[in-house]
Amino acid sequence: MLLKQVHFKSSALPYLLVAPQIIITLIFFIWPASQALFQSLLLEDAFGLSSEFVWLDNFKELFEDEHYINAFGRTLFFSGMVAATSLSFSLVLAAMADRVIKGTGIYRTLLIWPYAVAPVVAGALWVFMFYPTTGIISTTLNSMGYEWNHQLKGDQAMFLVIMAAAWKQVSYNFLFFLAAMQAIPKSLIEAAAIDGASPVKRFWTIIFPLITPTTFFLLVINVVYAFFETFGIIHVVTKGGPAKATEILVYKVFNDGFVGLDLGGSAAQSVILMVVVIALTTFQFKYIERKVEY
Amino acid sequence: MIENRPIDTFVSHAVLLAGIAIVMFPVWITLVAASHDAARLLQIPLPLGLGDQFFDNLKHVIGEGVNNSVSLGIMLFNSLVMALMIAFGKIAISLLSAYALVYFDFRFRMMFFWMIFITLMLPVEVRILPTYEVVAQLNMLDSYWGLSIPLIASATATFMFRQTFLSVPDELLEAARIDGAGPMRFFFDILLPISRTSIAAMFVILFIYGWNQYLWPLLITTDKNMYTIVMAIKQMMEALEETPQWHYIMMTAFLAMIPPVIVVITMQKLFVKGLTETEK
Amino acid sequence: MSHVILKAIEKTYPNGYKAIHGVDLEVEDGEFIVLVGPSGCGKSTLLRMVAGLETITDGEVHIAGRKVNELEPSQRDIAMVFQNYALYPHMTVYKNMAYGLKNLGTPKDEIEQRVNDAARLLEIDGLLDRRPKQLSGGQRQRVAMGRAIVRKPTVFLFDEPLSNLDAKLRVQMRLMIKTLQTDLETTTLYVTHDQVEAMTMADRLVVMNDGIAEQIGTPTELYDKPATLFVAGFIGSPAMNFVDSQFAEEGKSVLLNNLNLPVIQKIETDVTEIVLGFRPEHIELNDQGPIELVVDIIENLGVESIIHAHLKDSSISIVVRQTESLIVPKGEIIRAHIPAQKLHFFDKNTGKSLE
Repeated sequence: MLLKQVHFKSSALPYLLVAPQIIITLIFFIWPASQALFQSLLLEDAFGLSSEFVWLDNFKELFEDEHYINAFGRTLFFSGMVAATSLSFSLVLAAMADRVIKGTGIYRTLLIWPYAVAPVVAGALWVFMFYPTTGIISTTLNSMGYEWNHQLKGDQAMFLVIMAAAWKQVSYNFLFFLAAMQAIPKSLIEAAAIDGASPVKRFWTIIFPLITPTTFFLLVINVVYAFFETFGIIHVVTKGGPAKATEILVYKVFNDGFVGLDLGGSAAQSVILMVVVIALTTFQFKYIERKVEY
Repeated sequence: MIENRPIDTFVSHAVLLAGIAIVMFPVWITLVAASHDAARLLQIPLPLGLGDQFFDNLKHVIGEGVNNSVSLGIMLFNSLVMALMIAFGKIAISLLSAYALVYFDFRFRMMFFWMIFITLMLPVEVRILPTYEVVAQLNMLDSYWGLSIPLIASATATFMFRQTFLSVPDELLEAARIDGAGPMRFFFDILLPISRTSIAAMFVILFIYGWNQYLWPLLITTDKNMYTIVMAIKQMMEALEETPQWHYIMMTAFLAMIPPVIVVITMQKLFVKGLTETEK
Repeated sequence: MSHVILKAIEKTYPNGYKAIHGVDLEVEDGEFIVLVGPSGCGKSTLLRMVAGLETITDGEVHIAGRKVNELEPSQRDIAMVFQNYALYPHMTVYKNMAYGLKNLGTPKDEIEQRVNDAARLLEIDGLLDRRPKQLSGGQRQRVAMGRAIVRKPTVFLFDEPLSNLDAKLRVQMRLMIKTLQTDLETTTLYVTHDQVEAMTMADRLVVMNDGIAEQIGTPTELYDKPATLFVAGFIGSPAMNFVDSQFAEEGKSVLLNNLNLPVIQKIETDVTEIVLGFRPEHIELNDQGPIELVVDIIENLGVESIIHAHLKDSSISIVVRQTESLIVPKGEIIRAHIPAQKLHFFDKNTGKSLE
């Protein structure tokens, strides 16, 4: 239902009410987005003096560009790892918090901190702990004989940004998992207990299947988060390096556009990203619609 | 509730405490670093407990600023202004548009609905370049308006308020109409007061969203007096190679963390409600 | 002059669904009219059209001599009590009751006067500072009533106001509403699906079915002379027994299975397929009675007993209501008789009464 059954008669008022949002949307969203779309079809010379209409050449070039394909794969790996790490960690904690009778509130309070921390700040925290010469964890690792230097080693850099990004998302996932588990009728769990299911068995046969919709929802949310909201983390932890080992798509748009000044290519990347978001959001929207039936 | 064996309960608490230790460790280390001087942070083994330099460091970053001569006080203020403008701006325009979309039947209603819906899809990171150009053309670089208004164009809040309004029983509107309330009076007298928890919940989420903005302020501010605290951290880390000032950086990180954390903790119930109801 | 007049009211929804097919009704000043019928019959729609909450597709609504089709609800001089009360959750009881008056620009001391008077009348004067959440169902109901009363409207509209209350409270509130209405002498339209509520409260009832007013009349008229099969089946509990039948002996008697029951006066009609109806409470058990019933089950309620039985040598089931408790084993045969004046006849095809 999109509209109240009982509603006011139409007049000028509703137009006035939506005007602020529509105007801002037009100026700062629809217009720039169509600009991106338009620019993605242009080729500008290095000085920005002339431009040429090249249709889909920018896109073709992108998909023939090894760097871009690599960045795409890297982004998928990064998102998958962030989602898997954060979801499994949160799931365990939520399952425990759901079981304890006392202290759930305190645990929750302590676990929602990271949500409030800005990505850049989160990045700074993790860099500090892993800073090759003076980080508390890196120096410990070094003394144990494991050589840590994420400024030189690509896989270590990737590990670090994944950890920082997953850490920040733990709160969100924990809250949703816990809410979903607490929404399961206690009588179901009790019935399973009477049927002789052990706590672990109860979790895997009753609780986990029942929270599947939430898990699925969170998976999408986490992937979207890792795709688009981790710019700050990457920027502060690795700047996409070393040797592009952590350059994900959002970072590449910024890098190619603002640093490399390749406007057409950057715009084409933007357009591709928009398509990705729209696909993911539609996917998620479908899921929400389906959930209504449950 | 099923009685757990004591050992089960013990294990649950142990796992939770371990989890919290992992989650809180970076935060603790921040506080530790913020309370030592530069020299101590270069000595291995590094400290795990609090030092005594906390207030000296605080005085230094607030008073003199680091590297770029702008006091963190100004940056904190800028962040606050930006976060509040974004939060209140979004709430205001979203309440109005959600009200129109739910309670009025008018031409182009569905078109407006989809226009707003599309903005829900696209984070600012994706359309950053052309949006920057628009803001530049409008002469809004280096201003509070430029920092906040482009970020107000997102549909999250509209959707949440739409959800809230749809759950308000129709009879309230009918009763109000019989009581002689017109559209605006119904909005202010009835709808806003009964939606106040949703509004507060939205405020928490939007305040954090606004406070934590990074890429956008980074792009559109060149005047140091317009920098936000979140940007400051990055700037300080740029200079890391020459002068490792981890104690100041971590103090800044701590300061940048505190306002949104306070908002989340003090308004925890509303925040959880807001999150789980908007589903983002 | 009638106070509320509905002339050929019709309602068609934008999706083409026709909810009301032309209803006419004239309500006298001070009268208590109950609109009753099964859910989906259009009774609430009709009430909401009077209130101005639904647009009127065709026909006219007049209130106190004014045509109100185009007027806003607030301009119609009506007050309404909703099924879920629709109290403003963020306002105190006092503010809830005062809100409408405030919007009308009533002076403050007069608002106070009226709210206090109404509160005293409804015995909620101790609750004026509370919020709706802190009230019981019955108290909320009273506040909703109070909100209607303070306006001193010319018409009260009630939309199933008691259906959210438990049975005991419902009886109490029923009495209170009726008493109040009698004292205030305010014209009232009251919607319910509960026929007991309808029969006990109404001066006149409008029985609705599928968007049509099947019959309009006093409770006694409806009970004694139902105009249609629908009304006959709807009014009375347990419901009237219906048996497919036909007239015999040139209209001097009617068939009950293979039995000839004499009628009180010869009925002139061409209709051949009829439905014979008689109420469970009008069947008299009598050892000499011509009707043989095989007992299936007996529900003994103490004050009365309901016998579910079927006609001997047939599968036609009959319900009998007796004002004394009765213990008869299943399968036993009892004999009964129905007074001729208690028989009702309906055209099987049109459902119209043939009396």
